[in-house]
Amino acid sequence: MTAPRSLLHIDWTACDGRGLCTEILPELLARDDWGYPLARTRGAGSDVPVQERLLDAASEAVALCPRQALRLVLGT
Amino acid sequence: MTGAVASSVTAPVGTTRLTSAPAADFATHLATFGPLPTSNPAVLLSALHDSGLEGRGGGAFPAWRKLAAVPGRERARGRRVVVIGNAAEGEPLSSKDATLLTVAPHLVIDGLLAVAESLNGTATYLYVRSSVLGAVSRALGERRDARKIELREAADSFVSGEASAVVSALAGRRPVPQDRPFLLTESGLAGRPTLLHNVETLAHIALIARFGPAWFRSRGTASDPGTRLVTVTGGGRPSTVIEIGGGAGLNDVFRFAGIDPAGLSGVLVGGFHGAWVPASAGNVRLDREDLARFGATPGAGILMGQDARHCPLTVASAIATYLAGETAGQCGPCVNGLSAMASVLSRLARGERDPSLPAELRRLADLVTGRGSCHYPDGTARFVLSTLTVFDADVRAHLAGTCRKEHS
Repeated sequence: MTAPRSLLHIDWTACDGRGLCTEILPELLARDDWGYPLARTRGAGSDVPVQERLLDAASEAVALCPRQALRLVLGT
Repeated sequence: MTGAVASSVTAPVGTTRLTSAPAADFATHLATFGPLPTSNPAVLLSALHDSGLEGRGGGAFPAWRKLAAVPGRERARGRRVVVIGNAAEGEPLSSKDATLLTVAPHLVIDGLLAVAESLNGTATYLYVRSSVLGAVSRALGERRDARKIELREAADSFVSGEASAVVSALAGRRPVPQDRPFLLTESGLAGRPTLLHNVETLAHIALIARFGPAWFRSRGTASDPGTRLVTVTGGGRPSTVIEIGGGAGLNDVFRFAGIDPAGLSGVLVGGFHGAWVPASAGNVRLDREDLARFGATPGAGILMGQDARHCPLTVASAIATYLAGETAGQCGPCVNGLSAMASVLSRLARGERDPSLPAELRRLADLVTGRGSCHYPDGTARFVLSTLTVFDADVRAHLAGTCRKEHS
């Protein structure tokens, strides 16, 4: 619990709800009424906490996002 | 601190401070307030800290903290700091910044110069609405020390005053908020450390630099020191801008503006992104501590009285529809969620007796909150939720088909 957490940042100005990230990271992200990624962690908003074991998948989502709307901010 | 003040000038007494000069020209300004003392960065920073001055643009960020957040000269080496006086004032219910620039432009200019000087070598901008370009331009032309200030016309939209939207506009891009990995004080306009202050904040800084923090705190409350400009609307009257002491009672402010508070069912504090204070709460003070229980803050000093004879849901629905139309259109949850909220609120306001409507509004408000690159969706959600809470009796009357208020 004391480990610094990494965050997956969503740039909403770039995202257009293609949904690839929600397929790669179903544990973290659902889709909202309009198809945009919705953090399963309540209140996470634009910065979704990523557990250590999901870091690889999160990196993949960042690399594959067709809109380049994701950024992984590693806990240091 | 006050050593440089001309002896012929005395500090304003009472709550008329920013608006105490009898005319807007530079000579009258100097005769009223005296010249701006040369500011030593450390002295200005400590005076602002001790004054407790908070930003008057809505965010209420401590003014000294913004100044302290600009990286030291070592870190900013080779990068000139940018200081921006922001008077975009996109909120339709607010006109205090435009009024201030009309009646006391030189206080704003002084504040901008004082901040710029304390940061040692800067680019300075004034970002103002088209209606006051002439007045500000005239004031800038009256003094030699203001030659380097660049005057720019603000975009005409609700979000135009958001900090990153201002920076974007000054950089020649679309005046809309940006998704920012860095703080503006680290990297803003052209990658330079950038400091934005609301113009009223700058005018207060100009007075604090002259008369000191103790003078500033001699009006207002401990949690809302000094005076502030408010724009008061209601009772079918045109809006008025008045200067009040921090923490003044809401009802007293309305009376002062010529509006009888007894005819109001509530006051919208903070404008379209604010929250309602019900009339039943009494003479609530316009102070962060008193307003907190309603989810409101003094914000940019925008007060709209709701006529008790008129249906507040109809008014709120019109505001929600306006806000949905004013989204910058960049972020999916905001674009879709705000129009969905406006549509549900409109069904409720028009008298559709579907008991699931309030819960759907709450769900949508929760869904959009925190999911944008600026706080636009959050502010809209807060307004809608506050409407449901404060006017719960009206919501019930609508669902029961018994609302007898005027709906025009």
